[in-house]
Amino acid sequence: MDELITIDDLSFGYGSSSLHKNINMKFSRGKVSAIMGGSGCGKTTILKLIAGQLIPKSGKVIVDGQIVHEQDRDGIYNVRRKMGMLFQHGALFTDLSVYENVAFPMREHTNLPENIIKDLVLLKLNAVGLRGAQKKMPSELSGGMARRVALARAIALDPDIIMYDEPFAGLDPISMAVICDLIRSLNDALGATSIIVTHDVAETFSFADYIYFLADGKIAAEGTPKQLLASRLPFVRQFIHSEKDGPVPFHVEAPSYKVDLQL
Amino acid sequence: MNKILNFIEGIGSTFRKKMARLGAGTRLFFLVLIYSGDSFKRIHLTIREIYFTGVLSLIIIVVSAFFVGMVLGLQGYYTLEKYGSSEAIGVLVALALVRELGPVVTALLFAGRAGTAITAEIGLMKATEQLSAMEVMAVSPVARIIAPRFWAGMISMPILATIFSMVGILGGYFIAVLVIGVDEGSFWSQMQANVDFSNDIVDGAIKSIVFGFACTIIALFEGFDAPPTAEGVSRATTRTVVISSLAVLGLDFILTSFMFV
Repeated sequence: MDELITIDDLSFGYGSSSLHKNINMKFSRGKVSAIMGGSGCGKTTILKLIAGQLIPKSGKVIVDGQIVHEQDRDGIYNVRRKMGMLFQHGALFTDLSVYENVAFPMREHTNLPENIIKDLVLLKLNAVGLRGAQKKMPSELSGGMARRVALARAIALDPDIIMYDEPFAGLDPISMAVICDLIRSLNDALGATSIIVTHDVAETFSFADYIYFLADGKIAAEGTPKQLLASRLPFVRQFIHSEKDGPVPFHVEAPSYKVDLQL
Repeated sequence: MNKILNFIEGIGSTFRKKMARLGAGTRLFFLVLIYSGDSFKRIHLTIREIYFTGVLSLIIIVVSAFFVGMVLGLQGYYTLEKYGSSEAIGVLVALALVRELGPVVTALLFAGRAGTAITAEIGLMKATEQLSAMEVMAVSPVARIIAPRFWAGMISMPILATIFSMVGILGGYFIAVLVIGVDEGSFWSQMQANVDFSNDIVDGAIKSIVFGFACTIIALFEGFDAPPTAEGVSRATTRTVVISSLAVLGLDFILTSFMFV
């Protein structure tokens, strides 16, 4: 299979702590892959490592044949030009209108004349259903709309890779369904490779091609949604069926009651 | 013994952290210089920031300057009158403003009004991942956000200090000449005769440029370095005012001792 992104034996941690231990992942061209796991397990960190914002302690992140963290600043910027990223809360530029937000990457990286930029911006906004909101400011948008504008901005330069950081967090069911639909349809229309970081089981299992489960800094399970639904691994079962106790304990590790109450 | 060791260790670690921040601030300044070409190419970004930091600070500068000038006129008149030289009030007001109060008070007001706004804006951009989004879009936040604000501060501050001195002199004129009745001719002619262009006005302008640099780079660094939380941004904003004010007063002493002594 043709892999666009390969994570090879990667270990990462902040300071002396260790967040990921010898992780291997492959993201195939044209597919929608998901990275799932509990809060704080380092899912978003993987996206930052792919974008070259963080440097691994050991191992490699290879994007389209290039080792990301071995590039100089210009090299990293060249790799990033192939990427679009949707941030958890959109990260729209609050001083720019919806139109200008989507036009931002085009103005920064191309010398296109204004009339072409206008056509492209309206095309992208139309793809996410927000052509009518082009004059609004980010503060006037709902959470779901802001996420869609950010998506239009992420795909402004037709990237090869689209990364989504918690795209469903805090959205109402309608907005959630819209975003799900957009992720799949944009990926297929652009021929892109999508990576979604999320912990929403139902939505992700409905459209993802391949899923990685992260736990304790390692890949706890991986496979297609069908394979994972059939999995008998306790962690996967606990996660998919939202069981409050299991391999991931309800209680945080603590000394005994006797010690805490000084009995 | 342990307490003494901890104390010494505490001093060392605080000093090391401060030095690391100073180093990071210096690094940011050099990055700004490297990326300044980009911000000059898109001059509209810098002009927009001049509007926010300079033009919008005008009201507070003009009003404060007028009051400072009036106070100088009043205090100066009553002191000079004792020695029978009340017509020298014009010189006193002008020298006090051009040499000291113009640059210093403008810088303190600039740090409070524009500096805090810059820190809070950049800190919040960081907290809402706008700077990260720019990085991922292969756009340097230093080129797009920091450098235009730096040059806007460097351009605005000397102009604001000049306006402060001018309006302050008018405030002194209002009190001394129009209210108290000092001779208008002596007020202006003594000022003209005793305020030297290269010694007083140019030195005052140099001070305002140095203060503009200090206030702007401190505000930018604090915002850029702020932890991306509500508490982090609020602390950074406070630090901007405190460090800028102390830096302005300290630098003023150093510059004055070189220029006028």
